[in-house]
Amino acid sequence: MERGEEKMSNIIETPEQAKQDATYYQALRELLLQLADDDLLISFRGSEWLGLAPHIEEDVAYSSITQNTMGHAVMYYNLLEELGEGRADILAHDRQPDERRNGCYLEKRNGEGMYLEEPYYDWALAVVRNYFYETCKKIKLEAIANSSYQPLAHVARKVLMEHPYHLAHWKLWMKQLQSSTDEAKKRMQTRIDEAWVEFADVLELGNLATDMRKHRLVTISEEEIKDKWLDEVKTILVDLPEGPVGKKYGSGRNGEHTDDLKQALDILAEVYNSDKAAAW
Amino acid sequence: MYNYVEDGDSKTTAYVEHDQEKYDAFMARIEAGEKIEADDWMPADYRQALIKLISMHGISEIMGALPEKEWVPKAPTLRRKLGIMAKVQDEMGHGQLLLRVAEDLMKPFGKTRENLMEDLLNGDLKFHNVFHMPTKTWADAGMVGWLVDGAAIMSQTNMLDASYGPYQRALQRICQEEVFHAQHGESIIMALAEGNEYQRSILQESLNRWWPALLMFFGPASAETTGSSKQDIMIKYKIRKSTNEELRQAFLSKYLPRVFSLGLTIPDETIHYDEKEEKWIYKQPDWAEFKQIIRNKGPKSKERLRLREIAYENNRWVRQALAQEPVNV
Repeated sequence: MERGEEKMSNIIETPEQAKQDATYYQALRELLLQLADDDLLISFRGSEWLGLAPHIEEDVAYSSITQNTMGHAVMYYNLLEELGEGRADILAHDRQPDERRNGCYLEKRNGEGMYLEEPYYDWALAVVRNYFYETCKKIKLEAIANSSYQPLAHVARKVLMEHPYHLAHWKLWMKQLQSSTDEAKKRMQTRIDEAWVEFADVLELGNLATDMRKHRLVTISEEEIKDKWLDEVKTILVDLPEGPVGKKYGSGRNGEHTDDLKQALDILAEVYNSDKAAAW
Repeated sequence: MYNYVEDGDSKTTAYVEHDQEKYDAFMARIEAGEKIEADDWMPADYRQALIKLISMHGISEIMGALPEKEWVPKAPTLRRKLGIMAKVQDEMGHGQLLLRVAEDLMKPFGKTRENLMEDLLNGDLKFHNVFHMPTKTWADAGMVGWLVDGAAIMSQTNMLDASYGPYQRALQRICQEEVFHAQHGESIIMALAEGNEYQRSILQESLNRWWPALLMFFGPASAETTGSSKQDIMIKYKIRKSTNEELRQAFLSKYLPRVFSLGLTIPDETIHYDEKEEKWIYKQPDWAEFKQIIRNKGPKSKERLRLREIAYENNRWVRQALAQEPVNV
C-alpha cells in the first residue's frame, strides 16, 4: 500500500476519526452494510443446502465455504458495531427488508421447496450464483484492501486469504458442468441467462458510490468493477449471454428487494425473534 | 456423532472358518494389540461386522446432520450461527471419513458408496435411533450437541483402540472433534439454563423428549431384549471394550450430576444410584419402540429419508455430468 505523505492524510485509523466527516461516515456505513448483507444472504442460502449437496465431499466443501462467508459477514457487522451502529446481532437479525443492502440476486431461493420439506434445490443455480458472486467479491476486496478506512482494509486482506479457495472451487464446477452432458449444459445456461438479467446490483455500490470512491473507501469505480467482472467471467462462460447485465428486481443497494428476502429473514431470525431480549 | 445400533432382526451370514492357520495368526495379532489394515487377511465375520458397524456409523453421521441442520439457518445469534455451521460441517466430514473406510472393506464384494446410499434409501442400511427424532426447538440443537454427542463420545472412546487400524485412526480424529461439539452443545444449554422462563422451559421440555432416545442410544443390555446382539463378536475381535450397559452406566454417571446441577429434572421418578449395586437404576425405555425406530418407523424417519432421497434424485444430473470425461482445468 502506498503511504506517501499526500496519502497519509486520507488514512482513517479509528471509528472516531471516521465520524468527523459526515459524508465519509455515511459512505463507509453504506459500504459496510452492503458487504455484510451480501455475505450474510449468500451464506444463509448456502446453509440451507447443508446435507443436500450432490455428494458428501461437496457437502463438506460447500459448508466450509458457507461458514467462512458467514464469518466474513460477522467481521463487517462488527465494524459497524464499532462505529456505533448497534450490536452486530441486531444488525444481522433485526433490520427490515427495505433497510437491507444486499444485491437482490443473492436473496433468491435455492429452487423449489423449503429446506425442511421437499427441497428441490438447483445445483446449477448454486454454482452460477456462487461463481458470479465470488468473482465480484474478489474485485471488490482487492479494491478495499487499500481502503482509507484501516479497520476495513485489514478485514479485506484477511478475507482475501481465504477467498482464492472459494473462487477456485466454483470455477471448477463451472468448467466441469458447462463441458459435460447436454442436460448439464442446458441447466447451466438457463441459470447463467437468468443471472445475467438479475446480477447487476451485486456489482454496484449504490447511491453513495461516488462518495465511496472520492474518500478512497474503495479504490475502484463501479464501472471498473463491472468491466473487470465481465472480463473475468468471459474467460469461463462458454456461451456469453447477449446484452448488458441487468437488475430485473431493482437495486438491493437502495433497499429494493423481492419476497425471497422476507422469506430468508423470517427463517434467519426465527429464534432470535422468539425473544429479542434473551441471551442465546 | 454415532453409535452402533443393535438391529435385533438382522440376518447374519452363516460363516465357517476354513483357514484355521490364518485365523489363529489373525487372533494372535489382535491379542498382541496389533492393528489390522485394509489389505490384511481377516475372517469374513470380522469384515462383515466392520462393514456393518462402519457403514452404519458413517451413514448415521450424514443422517445425523439433518436434524441439527434444521437449526443451522435459524441459529439465534451470529456466534451461534458460526458455531453450529462448523459443528454440522464436522459431522459431514466424519461421514465422509468413515464411508471411505467402509468402501475399502466392501471392495472385495464389489460394493461402492452408491450401494450404501441405495441401501439407506431402501431401508437395508440403518441409521442411529437418535436421528429419527424430531428437533422441535432451538434447545434441541443444544441437546444434540450436549447429550447426544456426549453419549457418542462415550461409545466412540470405547473403540479408540479398535483392532481395525483405519477405523481406529478415523476415530481418534472424530473423538477430538466431538469434544468440541459437546462443548458447543453445552454452551447452548448453559445459555438456556441461565436464561428466562421461556428458555428454561424449552430446555426442560427438550430433555424430557430426548430422554428415552438417550437411554436407547447405547442399545439394549443384552440380546434377550431385542432378539440378537452384536456385542459379543465386537468384543471378541477387540473392536470395542465395554458392553452397552456399561457404557450407559458411565453416561449416566457423567451427565446426571450435570443435569441436576442445572436445575433440570429427568422424566423418570425412579431413577437413582444404588450404592450397594454400584449402578444407576432407571426405568427401561420401550425397546419395542426402539426396534420400530431403527426400522425407519420413528417419528421423523420418513421425512429425513425423504430429504436424502430428494437430494439423491435431484442431483442425479450432476452425478451424471461428473461421470463424463474430466475436463482440463
